[in-house]
Amino acid sequence: MKVGVVTFPGTLDDVDAQRAAKIAGHEAIALWHGDHDLRGVDAIILPGGFSYGDYLRAGAISRFSPVMAEIIEAAGKGMPVLGICNGFQVLCESHLLPGALIRNDHRKFVCRDQRLRIENNQTAWTSAYDAGQEVTIVLKNGEGGFIADEDTLDRLEGEGRVVARYLEVNPNGSMRDIAGITNERGNVVGLMPHPEHSVEALTGSGTDGLGFFTSLSRIAETVFA
Amino acid sequence: MARVVVDVMPKPEILDPQGKAVHGALPRLGFTGVTEVRQGKRFELEFEGEITDEVLAQVEKLAETFLANTVIENFRVRVEEAVR
Repeated sequence: MKVGVVTFPGTLDDVDAQRAAKIAGHEAIALWHGDHDLRGVDAIILPGGFSYGDYLRAGAISRFSPVMAEIIEAAGKGMPVLGICNGFQVLCESHLLPGALIRNDHRKFVCRDQRLRIENNQTAWTSAYDAGQEVTIVLKNGEGGFIADEDTLDRLEGEGRVVARYLEVNPNGSMRDIAGITNERGNVVGLMPHPEHSVEALTGSGTDGLGFFTSLSRIAETVFA
Repeated sequence: MARVVVDVMPKPEILDPQGKAVHGALPRLGFTGVTEVRQGKRFELEFEGEITDEVLAQVEKLAETFLANTVIENFRVRVEEAVR
């Protein structure tokens, strides 16, 4: 599949995300925040970093970039979109996902190999995992605390839309240990940990993150076949 | 010349780590008796001419869609004479 990776001013992990897509067997296409063009991609990754310097709020200015208008429309039609860290913040600001991400409750930047449980393996980005599978994926954030009102949290849980949950340590104060969520359709996923950094044994804590990128191939077989 | 001010504050039920950090520093500076600090943002929007109801409605919309994230923040729009 052609996987588009968006670069905003201040994005950090676009090249790693492109590399992860390639390792998973996809063609990576660089997309620029200022373009009104998705270049024929089949899926989109919004990578981590500090787009627009996190000015105003993390993801708030990126949400109104030209490329996001195209992505919001494509996501509405079912295109798989994965937002990682700052990308998750952009998805929440875009209202493609509910809730918001605020500064870590302990006020310090956190960087660790994080244990997670994959709660929902029915999304476009998690079908390569078993439901309930426990994995270790790199986590690094300053504003990773997922919050939403109780009704929204109950709805997310009730509809199985919590994609991943923190195990052992809640690293940022996220409500109900939520590390990632999906939309009703399961094509849009926001994730605070960084699976693109956990795809090669040489440079990471392992290869547990690769499943997020290989999951797309399964979608391709079933949906685009 | 007229000014519209938009004050944005974290909702009361939302944890405000920045306010907590400021509050934590107060005793070291010799300030006592402050029970809580919450930190928000203030935007000053300058306009040529009169602030009409139409302008205020636009600012309300701008605040709701962009300046504040209403999931976590409240905002208030008010007119203020620009000080020159």
